[in-house]
Amino acid sequence: MNQTSSEDFRETFFQECDELLETLNDGFSALGTDFDDIETLHAIFRAVHSIKGGASAFGLDNLVAFAHRFETGLDAVRSGEVSVTDDLLVLFQRCGDHLSDQVAAARGDGAIEAAQSDALCETLTEMTGATGPEAVEEVTDFQPATLDFSLFGDIGSEDEVETGHLEATCFTFQASADLFKTGNEPATLLKALERYGPVSVSAILDEVPLLSGLHPEVPHMTWIVTIDAAVDEADVREVFEFVDDCATLTFIDRQVDPGDSGRPAASGEDEPENADEPETQKGPTSAEDPSEDAEVASSGKIAAPPAAHSRNRTPSTIRVDLDRVDKLINLVGELVIKEAMLSQSITELGLPSQSDVASSLASLKQLASEIQEGVMAIRAQPIKPVFQRMARTVRDASLATGKRVNLVTHGEYTEVDKTVLERLVDPLTHMIRNAVDHGLEDAEGRKSAGKAEEGTVTLSAAHRSGRVVIEISDDGAGINRPNVRKIAEDKGLISPNAEMTPSEIDSLLFLPGFSSKEEVSELSGRGVGLDVARNEILSLGGRLTIQSNPGFGTTFSISLPLTLAVLEGMVIDVAGETMVVPITAVHETQQPKASSVHAIGTNAQVLATRDGLLPIIDLGNVFGLRSAPDPLDNHILLIVETEARRRCALLVDAIRDQRQVVIKSLETNYQHIDGIAAATILGDGRIALIIDPESIVARVGPSVVPAPEPAAASV
Amino acid sequence: MADTFDKTRSSDNEVVAFRVNGQDFCCDIMSVREIRGWSETTILPHCEAFVKGVINLRGSVVPVIDLSARLGLGTTEPGPRNVIIIVVVEDQTVGLLADVVSDIISILDDGLQPVPEMAAASSGAFISGVLMLKDTMVRKLNLSSVLPQTRSVAA
Repeated sequence: MNQTSSEDFRETFFQECDELLETLNDGFSALGTDFDDIETLHAIFRAVHSIKGGASAFGLDNLVAFAHRFETGLDAVRSGEVSVTDDLLVLFQRCGDHLSDQVAAARGDGAIEAAQSDALCETLTEMTGATGPEAVEEVTDFQPATLDFSLFGDIGSEDEVETGHLEATCFTFQASADLFKTGNEPATLLKALERYGPVSVSAILDEVPLLSGLHPEVPHMTWIVTIDAAVDEADVREVFEFVDDCATLTFIDRQVDPGDSGRPAASGEDEPENADEPETQKGPTSAEDPSEDAEVASSGKIAAPPAAHSRNRTPSTIRVDLDRVDKLINLVGELVIKEAMLSQSITELGLPSQSDVASSLASLKQLASEIQEGVMAIRAQPIKPVFQRMARTVRDASLATGKRVNLVTHGEYTEVDKTVLERLVDPLTHMIRNAVDHGLEDAEGRKSAGKAEEGTVTLSAAHRSGRVVIEISDDGAGINRPNVRKIAEDKGLISPNAEMTPSEIDSLLFLPGFSSKEEVSELSGRGVGLDVARNEILSLGGRLTIQSNPGFGTTFSISLPLTLAVLEGMVIDVAGETMVVPITAVHETQQPKASSVHAIGTNAQVLATRDGLLPIIDLGNVFGLRSAPDPLDNHILLIVETEARRRCALLVDAIRDQRQVVIKSLETNYQHIDGIAAATILGDGRIALIIDPESIVARVGPSVVPAPEPAAASV
Repeated sequence: MADTFDKTRSSDNEVVAFRVNGQDFCCDIMSVREIRGWSETTILPHCEAFVKGVINLRGSVVPVIDLSARLGLGTTEPGPRNVIIIVVVEDQTVGLLADVVSDIISILDDGLQPVPEMAAASSGAFISGVLMLKDTMVRKLNLSSVLPQTRSVAA
């Protein structure tokens, strides 16, 4: 097997691990509501087991060792020796977190402290009574019994549920001498089959001659491989693709477990169809469907939701290179523009509005916009994985602060653009930590306020009027406004005699350098969290707002655009060029009045507003399109506010429109241009530049007036 | 132009010849994606004088380089008779503004001669060789040197 293919397998394994870890986390949250849910417990067990199995194939010893001990602990619960308690569940979750750390470490991101792993294992042993590290089964050596079914051997009736077969794929595998000569390893190949389901292998030794007649370089064994799932022959052959010419695969018709001869061979047909996944070829029974399992079990048959099947839970998907999707989005965008141009020219022809051309054009238009919508939706992903990471953040934070916290999530299937999702993790982590560390009171405080000892942090996501709204709320004490104000005054962020509304005080939390916690805690409170989080969200084109109800908690709302590929922009004219200003930056627009515009020096002008003097920047001048600003009479001023809360007034010739524009990179084929964020294509097919107010204001230099703090002198 | 293609399709080593401000140039046919008529560009602020702006090529933003200005032959005032040759160089898609595309020429390996030394000093950096045809000389462009050079610095 060459290097690339084993790298490929490795990558597949890690992708599977991600899915299995997700199953694990799902399982834990389900277990939290019902400790006796044996099916969920099985699902968790199987997930850990599959990770262990895969890891051993790649020789990831640390991962295998920990997964094994975790599995032993879970097994104790599964077999009923130990019952699930709150504490045990928390421990399991921590083990799950550690397992995902181990996986990440094996993948090459970050290192693992062995001590942490040992400590967890010890606690696990204590709580479950499961014995310590019994010898980890030798999974890498090829022996018929190596594929771990020994584990299920002593669990009694549950065992049958595990190993029974509704459908199985069975074939024999015979390796020629060439296979060994080319350095292939049958055990690795057979392990690779585990991705389709639990694999059991037995060897036919009939052909093996006596030792005296044995030629050491000629293989004599044939293996019978049974996969507990309906697997396409082609899929199996794919695994053996690299040894195609030196191995013989003979498929035996789908049949039941050879050990279960009482059952008819064509049992596959009476398997209930799972409505959730009509398209899944492999047609596994869903591990999540208790009614089905119950039904099969009660009718005396053997239900088999085998281990690796949990990954098939979601409807069938394909992995697609993001570049291809983006290219498609590009082309569809162009299609829509071309359609608009076509309909423009047809209108100019002056055909009657009832003509065939007009109606065909109308349906073409509808089709094009539907395609566009559909293509854009490809980039959208459910926010669930991010929420699951937050569940972990909450656990870590709760451990660090000693506060008991319950995380409630809503709307985890809300879809968000993939890029937005990735960049959302950091700010969300900040804010979740904040909610636990600053938001929630400690146990004493909660008791005296008459609240449950366990605090609740709620994380929700929803689509609202074309944007995604994510809310993080806690049921803590709310913002201590007098305290916040005092800190801001002490730090010189506001002046002592400023008049401030409650919401203005709340917004002080977003100021750089503000930290309300008196001592800097390990977790948060360096005073960088919230303003960094806010800037990150602003750079995604989002908004962050805060609402606090003293005594009842605080809610942070993040409102994000559905995609980064589209931006809400104001289309403007500057010196004959059409440009776009992101609407998020525009604070207000106004017509300059002679009374409010004052000259400073020879060619600098300022605008007097109720909040102070703002420098006027002529966009045409900034971009070198005209040298001296015209008289301001027929122009419009856009007052923009940057992320650093600095303001200035941009002089433009006219505002034409406000619309959504598709963002196109300039860097792909050219280079970055100062003051320009990107480009877009307008309805007429021409390119318009999207300006970057941030860098324009930065070019003008530090003389730009900071956005008025409430304390700023008003003019 | 279709006939020209047919005429020479069999040959491997082909160049697209075009005229820029009275001089003949050519570039490898494998770099050329398409040839289109001049369309108004969107002006880019603060860019080099030889960058005419950007055009929309089926949804991609593509810069257009005025070859005449780039080669030091004076700026072009583009009109409907000018052409934009779309080339891909180093993963960058760029449009080259030329007066007219004249021919597709098959060249043999020894057909390309080195740039004379005295010429190499001035515009030689842009030219990787010259090709003598009956009564004309065609300069082979070194495409990557024609691109705006600041890209790597800015990126």
